[in-house]
Order: sequence, then structure tokens, then C-alpha cells
Amino acid sequence: MTNRLTTRFNELDAYGRPGFVAYMMAGDGDSQALLNALPNAGADVIELGMPFTDPMADGASIQGAALRALEAGMTLQGVFAQAAEFRKANDTTPIVLMGYANPIHHMGFENFARRAEKAGVDGLICVDIPPEEDEELRKALNAHGIALIRLATPTTDDKRLGTVVENTSGFVYYVSTTGVTGAGSGVVTEVGDAVARVRAASGLPVAVGFGVRTPEQAKAIAERADAVVVGSAIVDAMNEGGVEAAVELVKSLSAATHGAKR
Amino acid sequence: MSDTASVDPRPNALSAWPDARGRFGDYGGRFVAETLMPNILELEAAYEDAKRDVNFQREMGEFLRDYVGKPSPIYFAERLTEEFGGAKIWFKRDELNHTGSHKINNCLGQVLLAKRMGKTRIIAETGAGQHGVATATVAARFGLPCTVFMGATDVERQAPNVFRMKLLGAEVVPVSSGTGTLKDAMNEALRDWVTNVHDTFYVIGTVAGPHPYPAMVRDFQSIIGREARAQIMDRLGRLPDAAVACIGGGSNAMGLFHPFIDDEGVRLIGVEAAGHGIETGEHAASLKGGKPGILHGNKTYLLQDDDGQIIDAHSISAGLDYPGIGPEHAFLHDAKRAEYVSATDSEALEMFQLCTKLEGIIPALEPAHALARVRDLAKELGPDGVILMNMCGRGDKDVPQVAEMLGVKL
Repeated sequence: MTNRLTTRFNELDAYGRPGFVAYMMAGDGDSQALLNALPNAGADVIELGMPFTDPMADGASIQGAALRALEAGMTLQGVFAQAAEFRKANDTTPIVLMGYANPIHHMGFENFARRAEKAGVDGLICVDIPPEEDEELRKALNAHGIALIRLATPTTDDKRLGTVVENTSGFVYYVSTTGVTGAGSGVVTEVGDAVARVRAASGLPVAVGFGVRTPEQAKAIAERADAVVVGSAIVDAMNEGGVEAAVELVKSLSAATHGAKR
Repeated sequence: MSDTASVDPRPNALSAWPDARGRFGDYGGRFVAETLMPNILELEAAYEDAKRDVNFQREMGEFLRDYVGKPSPIYFAERLTEEFGGAKIWFKRDELNHTGSHKINNCLGQVLLAKRMGKTRIIAETGAGQHGVATATVAARFGLPCTVFMGATDVERQAPNVFRMKLLGAEVVPVSSGTGTLKDAMNEALRDWVTNVHDTFYVIGTVAGPHPYPAMVRDFQSIIGREARAQIMDRLGRLPDAAVACIGGGSNAMGLFHPFIDDEGVRLIGVEAAGHGIETGEHAASLKGGKPGILHGNKTYLLQDDDGQIIDAHSISAGLDYPGIGPEHAFLHDAKRAEYVSATDSEALEMFQLCTKLEGIIPALEPAHALARVRDLAKELGPDGVILMNMCGRGDKDVPQVAEMLGVKL
């Protein structure tokens, strides 16, 4: 099976172009319309948030989006349905699900992986399952060709980095700051050093996120990373101005990212 | 250590868990964001080191004696024994501790550990406010700034404790995300910790959270059971037939149970909060009404819906109002070493008044839950039986709430 993530990062590499990763919350507003519009707005990879009642690693923006989505009736099945609907018109843009352990555990890791594969999902970021605890989940995902994407952070020292990148696939998500999603991003030069370190240890592309809100920030990060992730700002735009506002923001962020010189 | 190395790395006594991965059987573990993992590992190493350090143990022992007021006595509740007409009822009187509950046993240990690790800021979550008050108290004593996260709903219903914490110099942060109760306060404390990971020590108030918290909090709270076991042997020359305690997260129960786990003749009975009744869905009984899941750093029984979303707990007692339970309780439940039952809001209210009237002891609403099942058990065991119940907190904090529920205007 061709992994859309590997293909996409290989393409970006061939063009010498940093990638833009757009995060959105499934079930918040007309999320299907936003999801379908993201590739044309310049998203190279999509992170699709799975809402959870207790998002303890998220700041106010994504917390709010999760609660609105749950209020509107979004479920894990519903997330898969949105991904499957997206795949009817797009077979190239990778979808990475992002969320918390309990709903996945409740569905059963094997069941989750099977349904994710069927829905055309390419990867998973599970915030609260660190490498020490992810063996069972990883095996289930591997069996269904879903990449397990791990997070590296400023507290991940060299001793620990080996554990973090071992068995990770697709790309590594570097969290640029100690804090929750939407908090201020880290110092750009330090991010550059960290990206180099993580890339060397993992041999994988490194995407950088947490706290990137503006085209200027996106460009500065893009000059130092393989990809830039924006979440809270897109979620805010969606909440305040709907699909149109979110798409406009993604266009400006992705243009700034793609224009950066590496 | 034996030189005939065993292939099976699992502890062979129920009291010897957790294993090296912080698991109690399948429960527990370290389910936290990567940013916190180095901190969790650092804490584990520091705690293991402190456990073996006689100076640390001596310092803690002195503060427990002179500041907390340890040992707390055991007390024969003669009039309740007569009223219930069965087994003899003994209270372990941890409500006599400084700050009015068992919570300080653990706060003292963790704050001393924080100091030892060179941490300069303390954070905590609180429901009823007892853990918040105990943490703020110890932080004040050691001159450490303290921030307490408390659900906005709880801030309203526990106003006296909020003021106490502020007097003690703590900053109280009302948490309005989610439903504004204990689980949301814990989410917010974790968000603070992940942001201030370098200088901050998170004092968790119950036997839950990522390893090493469940084992560490249990160890600090085990003074309850160690003292009570020795005291009852001294007074009666025998062990009790049952040790009984209420359970929210389960720290007072685990502290009482642990020194008795290998005493097979002693029944261990935990009483969860049944709220309006388990059948109504409005309760806080994670073992009776929940399923295994992953939240707040550990795998354990959780109240959750068909999609794995967490359901809000309900209890008259803010201290039991939590949708999870410590992983060691989940383990003892599955291993059938401990029995878990429940008591409703109205039973707790009834016992609150009965204990006050007959014994002149105002119990907190939390141990009032335990007393409701002690009543049944006393009848079941008969006059030859002995029941040891942990009176884990005093009820002064609950007086305004109880007055309101009884329709009395103060």
C-alpha cells in the first residue's frame, strides 16, 4: 500500500518546498466543507481533530472547538465518515487524525485502526499515549498501514529522543514550546537547532507546530523545518468567520510557508 | 533478591504492586503528553531516592508529629454501635489532623519532595477544597508560592475553603472550562504543569494520575492504615473483620487498605458515591457504573459514554465528584481483594446527622457515605465483629451546604 504521507513529503522534498499542515476540528461548524476545501487552499497535509471532553493538552481555542463539536453530536464514527467523504474527491492529501487516548481505547485499538484504514486515514497523533505506553496501539496501526506520529518537545533531551523517534513513522511533530496548543511559539533559532537534531535522530521529516498564527511566523518556521503546522488560528477563524474565513487564512499561511527559502 | 531469577517479572503479592512500568495489573501507567514525560521520570527517580533517605523520612516524621498531629487516635463509636445493633465500630480519627482531613499526610510528603528537588512553585487541583487547603497550608509553611485550580462550580459551593486558601497565600484559579468541577480543575492543572514544566511541582491529591503518583500518594497515606493496624492490635489484640472507607479518587481508602492487603481475614470495603442512585446515571461510582479507560495519566475505570467521552460525575460531596478512581482500586476490584459498594446522597445526609447527634463528631459528607454501609455491615457481622472505618475528614466545611439541603436558613 502506498503511504500518502511518504509520497507527499517526497514530493515536497523534490520541489525543495516546505509543507503546510492545517489542523481543523471535525464536527465544529461546517467541518466537511472546510475539510474538502483545504487542499485547494494550499494544505499539503490535514490534521483532523477528534473531539474529546477533556483535552488537557489544548489551549482555549481547541478546547472550545472540541466542546462545540461534541455538542453538535460529533463522534469517532462521524470523524471517519468525514474522512471517507473527503476521499471520494481526493486520493492524495494525507489525513492525520489527532486526539486523545480514551475514545480510541474505548473503540478498541484494532477496531479503530481497521476503520481508519477503511476511511482513508493515513496517520494518528495521540497526545496522551507516550512511547512507553503505545505498543498495543502501534501494532494495530502498523497492521493497517496507519503511521503513528510521535511528538518531540523542548523537554525531549538527547537521552530520550532515541525512545521517541524509535518506531515513529510518517513524520515527527516537533512541539515548539512547553505549553498547550495555541500558546506562544518558541524562539525561532532554537526551533531550527531542535529540528536538525530530531531530523538527524529520526531520518524523518519534521513538522513544527504550537503557537504559529501568522504568515510571518509560518515563514520563519518554514525556513527551518520540513513543514509548519497551524491549528488554533484556523479553528478561531472557522469559529468567528466560518469556512470562508478559515480558507482565506489557510491560503495566506500556506502561501507564506511555500514561499519560504530553506 | 533470589539468585534463581524468576521469568515472571510481576510482583507475587497484591501489596507489592505497581511493577516497574507503574502498572497495577493492567491499570495505572504513564499516559501523559511527551512534554511531561521527562518530569514524570525525574519525579519517579527523586521519590525512590527520598524513600531510601533516612533524613527525608526523619524530617517527614517530625512534621507529621508536630505539625499534623500524628498519630491520630482510634475511637470506639459506642453509641453508633448500639444504634446499628451489631459489630463494634471503631473510627480512625484522621479528621483530627491539622486542616481537618487526611489530605495533609500526602501534601506534606509531596511538598517536602518538591523542596528536595529544588522546585520553586507548587500547583494543585481541588474539588471540595480539602486538598487545596492542605496544599496551601504546607506551601505556606515552607514559603513556596502555590496556585490551586478549582472548578468554578466548586468555587461557588465551597466558598469558605476558597477564602481559607487565599488567607494561606495561595492563588485560587476558578476553572470554567468543561463543567467547572474537579476533572476540569485537573485538566487545567495539567495545562499549567506542561507550560511551567521546569520550576513547578504538581501536588496531586489522590491516588491517581501518571506513575509514580498513585503509588507515591498511597505510600504517604498508608500512615492511616499502619497506625490504625497497630492501634487496634494494641487495643483489641486482634485485626478488624473489615476496613471501610469512602472513595472518590480513593486516597484515604488506599491509605487505610494498603497495610491490610496481605491480611487475608480483613475485608477491605470501599464506598463510592451513588449520587441520586446508580440507576439514574447521576452518580460518581466509577467501578460500579464505569468501564476501563485512559484519563489524567492513568488507565482505570471511568464514567464514559458509548463514544469514550467522559461523563460528569454527580455527588452531594464535592470531594467524591470525580469520574475516575485510582488504578490500584481498579486492580483490587478485578482481583476481588477489595469489595466496592456505594451510598446515595440522601444516605450520606442521614448519616451526617446521625453521627453528629450520637457521637458528637460532625463527619464530612465524604466519610458519611462510608458510614451508611458500615450500618449494613454491622448487622451482617453481628456483635462479635469489629469494623474499622476511616473518619477521613470533619464536616465543618459542609455545614452551610447541609443546612441549605435541610431547608434551614443560616
